[in-house]
Amino acid sequence: MPKTATRQKEENKTTQNSANGKNETASKTTPSAESDVTENYDVKEAQAEFNKRRKSQIASIKKLDKEFLGEMLYQMILGRRFEQKCAEVYRMGKIGGFCHLYIGQEAIAVGTMTALKEGDYVITSYRDHVQAMIAGITPEAVMAELYGKATGNVKGKGGSMHMFSKEKGFFGGHGIVGGQIGVGTGMAYAQKYKGTDNVTLCFFGEAAVNQGIFHESLNMAQLWKLPCIYICENNKYGMGTSQKRAMSIANIAKKAEGFGMAGEFVDGMDVMAVRDATLRAIERGRKDGSPTLLEIRAYRYMGHSMSDPGKYRTTEEIKKYQERDPIILFQDSLKEAKVFTDKDFEELMTKANEAVEAAVKFADESPFPDESELFTDVYAD
Amino acid sequence: MTIRDALNAALREEILRDENVFIMGEEVAEYDGAYKVTRGLWKEFGDKRVVDTPITELGFAAVGVGAAMAGLRPVVEFMTWNFSILAADQIINHAAKMYYMSGGQFNIPIVFRGPNGSAYQVSSQHSQALEAMYANFPGLKVVMPSTAADAKGLLKSAIRDNNPVIFLEQETMYGMKSEVPDDEDFTIPLGVADVKREGSDCTIVARSFTVPQALKAAEIIQAEFDVSVEVVDPRTIKPLDIDTIVASVKKTNRLVIAEESHAFASVGAEISHQVMENAFDYLDAPIKRISTAEAPMPYARNLEVAALPSVEKIVAAVKEVCYL
Repeated sequence: MPKTATRQKEENKTTQNSANGKNETASKTTPSAESDVTENYDVKEAQAEFNKRRKSQIASIKKLDKEFLGEMLYQMILGRRFEQKCAEVYRMGKIGGFCHLYIGQEAIAVGTMTALKEGDYVITSYRDHVQAMIAGITPEAVMAELYGKATGNVKGKGGSMHMFSKEKGFFGGHGIVGGQIGVGTGMAYAQKYKGTDNVTLCFFGEAAVNQGIFHESLNMAQLWKLPCIYICENNKYGMGTSQKRAMSIANIAKKAEGFGMAGEFVDGMDVMAVRDATLRAIERGRKDGSPTLLEIRAYRYMGHSMSDPGKYRTTEEIKKYQERDPIILFQDSLKEAKVFTDKDFEELMTKANEAVEAAVKFADESPFPDESELFTDVYAD
Repeated sequence: MTIRDALNAALREEILRDENVFIMGEEVAEYDGAYKVTRGLWKEFGDKRVVDTPITELGFAAVGVGAAMAGLRPVVEFMTWNFSILAADQIINHAAKMYYMSGGQFNIPIVFRGPNGSAYQVSSQHSQALEAMYANFPGLKVVMPSTAADAKGLLKSAIRDNNPVIFLEQETMYGMKSEVPDDEDFTIPLGVADVKREGSDCTIVARSFTVPQALKAAEIIQAEFDVSVEVVDPRTIKPLDIDTIVASVKKTNRLVIAEESHAFASVGAEISHQVMENAFDYLDAPIKRISTAEAPMPYARNLEVAALPSVEKIVAAVKEVCYL
């Protein structure tokens, strides 16, 4: 949003000032000063920011062990390849209903979820395949669910929008825009009630911010100090309506101030920036239950769902954002840090391709649910 | 014991019994409850177990659903069920469907409770009986007690149930007194109807608000016409104990359904249909329904009386089906 960039920068300065003590409510937690990332959404400016923090990013990469970094990159590549395959088999009629793909946003799920520990919870929207796999649900179970098969993650009852795993602390994919923001707040409520130091990661798109439940939830979370990390995945479009046509202000992280809550802008194309911001939020949550709002700015390469003709934006716009592809940016940094070589990347790509092919084969060969399943799981005993 | 105190006792006993039970809602704690159902509980149990919420129905219903997914057993009070409409997304789209769409992984042990139906001249937005709406969704259970014992026994069962339960009280009935067993383990299973008055000539199926009215009407009919009326209270709307209703109709051959909700697509319409399916050949007269008038609730006292079911209207209906 180049036209308003200057004004937004000015506003951000104000945020930083208030973080330095002028605003009592937010002074302890508002962390804007900790991060180099501003609300810049202009591709060139975002890249310039990224280049400026490159050295520190390489430094934080070097602090992590190779295996962990490899897993982060693998999950991003797997997520990308899995979703590309979904588009392919969807067009073949193998997947029914709605199917919302995550391509372009991989750094968000990977950067946030790989910062969690045992007992932490995750809940997200209907764009949930990649989060489900990072949580530990196998690509086979996710693909079989998309195929509506008995071996699917939820026995063919939920489909694309409703992946769940109680065992892995993955509280689902939810289909009502914003509904999971309140549910995630309740999960954090339970974590606090039980006296744990665990946190909940609650994902939603930027369009959900316009729903009442967002405001109701953040108010209670800050009021009661619930360890919920609200992750707004800003991909610029709520279905086909751009954020600027739907929201009175552009900078969502600043809405946190209205609740006295910590808020940060995060470059969602930089997986390490996502990780660092998440770690800061997690620290606040574990310490005294303080919630955080992260606005993580990314870009959705595909349509809202597979049935989206995409007439509301140009190919040029999509290409422009793809110049900052999160996987390529991460690979470049890993190379520069001398952790991985091109050969390593090829191996990870091959591994991801094999996993996706195995998932499709598994889904194809699995049986449909028995008709008696229609009436099971309506009520619990 | 009053219905109010019976509900209070049930809440207190279940909070003591299970550390995961807590109650949240508007004014439930420091204020002692808008209708005093939670009186004394905050003083006894404190902020953790008795939680005042902001006026944010959708938000705190959602917190209840999330907490239930994570293993707690919330009791969520709506100051009245009218306000639950703000929270309908969480009740209907989330609580009711979570167990199914998670393939049986996440059940939602939650009770949503509060007063349903009319009060005294509180007008259109505060006088709705919403049981038909909630009973329409698979995944929800719907309970409507009419006595103190039922209120206590059913609420305890609802809190122990592993599913979302819609628990509908009635504001004008909170002060009504009846016997309640002393036993702390006293519960009434969900889905079991109660014959509130035995009779042989006509059945009235009534719930909540209309049960005392039906019992009074039965006395009048008995005294004036020597006709014996049976009053069946399903107590739980979902699951519905249709067997008890059908058995009664097979005995009396006549049926009046009295309900506080509007007639169109009501629970009474459902009962009427199920009786037609199961006891068509036993009916000696068309089924008669007494419901609230098909208009938003008016304020003026005379208009409100005209809109609601009453003893007189039920007496007239019984006379009609008995050809008196």
